[in-house]
Amino acid sequence: MSAPRRRAPLARMGRALVALAPMAWLGVFFLIPFAVVLRVSLAEPAIARPPFTDIWEWADGVLTIILNFGNYLFLIEDPLYYTAYLNSIWMAASATLICLVIAYPMALAIARAAPRRRPMLLMLVVLPFWTSFLLRMYALIGLMAPTGFVNTVLGALGLEPIVMLQTDFAVYAGIVTGYMPLMVLPLYATLEKLDDSLLEAAHDLGAGPTRAFLTVTLPLSAPGIAAGCLLVFIPAVGEYVIPALLGGPDQLMIGKVLWTEFFNNRDWPVASAVAIAMLAFLALPIMFIRNALGVKE
Amino acid sequence: MKRRGWVVATGAALGFAMLYVPIVIMMIYSFNASKLASVWGGWSARWYGELMANDQVLEAAWISVKVGVMAATVGTVFGTMIAYALSRFGRFRGRLLLAGMATAPIVMPEVVTGLSLLLLFIIMETNFGWPAGRGVDTIVIAHATFCMAFVAVIVQARMADMDESVEEAAMDLGARQPWVFFDVTLPALAPALVSGWLLSFTLSFDDLVIASFVSGPGASTLPMVVFSKVRLGVSPEINALATLMIVAVAAILAATMLRGGVRLSARRAPPPDQL
Amino acid sequence: MSQTAAAPAAAAAGRDRADGRPFIRISGVTKTFSGFVAVNDLTLEVREGEIFCLLGGSGSGKSTLLRMLAGFETPDRGRIEIDGQDMTGVPPWARPVNMMFQSYALFPHMSVARNVEYGLRQDGVPRAERAERVARMLELVKLTPFADRRPAQLSGGQRQRVALARALVKRPKALLLDEPLSALDKKLREETQFELLDIQEKLGTTFIVVTHDQEEAMTLGDRIGVMDAGELIQVDAPRDLYEYPRNRFIAEFVGSVNIFEGRVVEDEADHVLLGDTDLGAEIFIHHGLSCQMGQTLWVAVRPEKMRLTAARPDDARNAAQGVIEDIAYLGGLTHYRVRLDGGKTVRVTRANVERRHADGLTWNDRAWISWPPEAGVALTS
Repeated sequence: MSAPRRRAPLARMGRALVALAPMAWLGVFFLIPFAVVLRVSLAEPAIARPPFTDIWEWADGVLTIILNFGNYLFLIEDPLYYTAYLNSIWMAASATLICLVIAYPMALAIARAAPRRRPMLLMLVVLPFWTSFLLRMYALIGLMAPTGFVNTVLGALGLEPIVMLQTDFAVYAGIVTGYMPLMVLPLYATLEKLDDSLLEAAHDLGAGPTRAFLTVTLPLSAPGIAAGCLLVFIPAVGEYVIPALLGGPDQLMIGKVLWTEFFNNRDWPVASAVAIAMLAFLALPIMFIRNALGVKE
Repeated sequence: MKRRGWVVATGAALGFAMLYVPIVIMMIYSFNASKLASVWGGWSARWYGELMANDQVLEAAWISVKVGVMAATVGTVFGTMIAYALSRFGRFRGRLLLAGMATAPIVMPEVVTGLSLLLLFIIMETNFGWPAGRGVDTIVIAHATFCMAFVAVIVQARMADMDESVEEAAMDLGARQPWVFFDVTLPALAPALVSGWLLSFTLSFDDLVIASFVSGPGASTLPMVVFSKVRLGVSPEINALATLMIVAVAAILAATMLRGGVRLSARRAPPPDQL
Repeated sequence: MSQTAAAPAAAAAGRDRADGRPFIRISGVTKTFSGFVAVNDLTLEVREGEIFCLLGGSGSGKSTLLRMLAGFETPDRGRIEIDGQDMTGVPPWARPVNMMFQSYALFPHMSVARNVEYGLRQDGVPRAERAERVARMLELVKLTPFADRRPAQLSGGQRQRVALARALVKRPKALLLDEPLSALDKKLREETQFELLDIQEKLGTTFIVVTHDQEEAMTLGDRIGVMDAGELIQVDAPRDLYEYPRNRFIAEFVGSVNIFEGRVVEDEADHVLLGDTDLGAEIFIHHGLSCQMGQTLWVAVRPEKMRLTAARPDDARNAAQGVIEDIAYLGGLTHYRVRLDGGKTVRVTRANVERRHADGLTWNDRAWISWPPEAGVALTS
């Protein structure tokens, strides 16, 4: 056996490595990229590789920094962008609310089910979450397409077909079904912890089922509601796949705008500015959800 | 007592229907002999055969599996390190930064993550010559970054439930780090690591947006291929592919759940007998 | 049995409100949970203004009975009446009783005052009256300074008082208390018992207390109903329950006891003699009994009513010799465990009225145990 004295510095180095290696990785591949996006958002588009200008120049001992805020002004001036932002937020918020209304009874039903049946029900909620999101959205196309399942059934019943695909309805349906598990799980986690005797106490003190739900169950599940709503709202705002697959060509959602700006228009500075603006807007909800995820400092 | 029993039951049934009706209909149509979605041409496994003969899909699937395995493995190792540092090192300089960086990727909009990493890779390439071009490597890096965040959350929750005195007992009996970690901590974490790895693989295997940004020519993942096909409308081959994937996931999930390994949400404590 | 004559006298010696009119009537109530009979054809009347304790072990059905009174469980058979009103089909929120939960079930998201106010809000009591009644109730339970605190910021005893205030503020016809003191530590429990009695005395509300702690039942209860396996075994005032248990179960459940078994060998109008006993000597019962020759009878003797002597006692009845196996000195009392020559172990308690017992009995000494005939209770079951 070697003396502990000799291993101590080694152990300290090991400890440092355990903390520093992931920090370095996240610094390089998570933190720095945002600095890069910020820097590109302040450049001008150029026909070059990469297609944007430098923001500083070093010539004859003079450092020239050119910050182009034009991209941000552009976001404010061009109705395309702020409409897209407002539309994204509006659609994400309403879809989140619909999702909450549908997910709450699910979570409540699971929390109230017999303990031996709960794992099975939870698995039914989680299973879609583990299967491909893309393919689930694709399954909605099969349901809602002009010649899809619903319209085939309607046709067989002698009814007029309904236009569903490429409408707001399709996007709502996509967000709600796509993110439902993320809403159910935190709701279930809080409802499951809810002490039954609290509801009994409310009943005992004169509150009927509805009053007891409104005054006890609902307020006590507030943390789950907040967590679930943010988990759905945040990705829904920046969603690309759903509007691209289910939405119409003229439907403006900010994730799709960013994608188009980048891939189709090759305007990297504007795409970066769109990203920074999206982050600025989502910063508050993101901070909030990080606390809800249980990161204790 | 029946507390609004039927309201809750109806609502729950509606929710489950929204989750499953589209999937089940898609699975049924995957056996449709007709190419047209509106026509039922009888039962057939034809599209499964055509799927198996589609080299583009098979190649993309292979790339996705490779990316998934690598990203999940890197993500699990680093995520475990993060969780260990955050829950066992007490206060240290940079703890707040690490905790912040470790969870942020989970909630970052995909388009932002994808764009920022692509810009980073391009700037690195122009300044340092690495990474030369983009492909599997860059996708793995991008995926591993968000995977480690998920693993960190799952493992950290497990460590919070764990009895630290077991580790102290090992040290009391004369074991030293890192052997305590490998002998005592790691086995106790195993279920969390398995579910963390599986979740990472699934997220990587499923990712379209980030991969689309950071991938290069010649490295199309399965979701990228599926997306390009699906944009053109319903394709019976994709029905078959989706059915296969869902059945596979359901089988794996059921198997792990029956063994009690997978934790449904990071907050649920596993039974203490796993310690 | 001759002691039936003594029972009313003993009850009258207790608190005098025990003669109120029947207020809560439980008749023929049965409750089954998937095959398990929790409460079996139970009939009971609780009088207005009394403290009635339901005493029993876990699974005895006492909590189920309480929950049926509150309306959380529906009886399979039988009916419950409160103040002449049939409770069948009346949901918990419409019943004139309130419950204090074992876990207190305080709403964690409301302040103390809001918790207490909750029931009044549900009844649509006007705001000004609500505020006044809450304030008065908080004063009664000495929680006025804590009105704005959340339950999590209170001590266990304070939480217990919030739960009490919340249930009492609605002026229920009866207060149902489920193990009201079980969450408190021993010292606090004793203080709180008397506070509870005090509050009950001030308000005159009928209390029905469920408890597994016989000391708690004895302190609180005007009457105690002992439950076992879903049935009421005996309902009596605490003293009667202790001194005149109806059968061996009650004798053993309430307090500690020595039970001797024997067969009737002499059955006269004024006495009965048991032979073939596990005492190793004949047992004399000083009153007549309706029994048959050869029938098995039991005699229960409380340890403190046993005598322990070095020499054979003079009257020589109900006496046997043994070895002192164990002595536990508790200050005021000393417990002895004596193994009789026949093998049976007997417990004897002596009050330490002198610094030292003159006989100096100690470990492994041979000694006599005996009891005067009137100290024993003859039991037929």
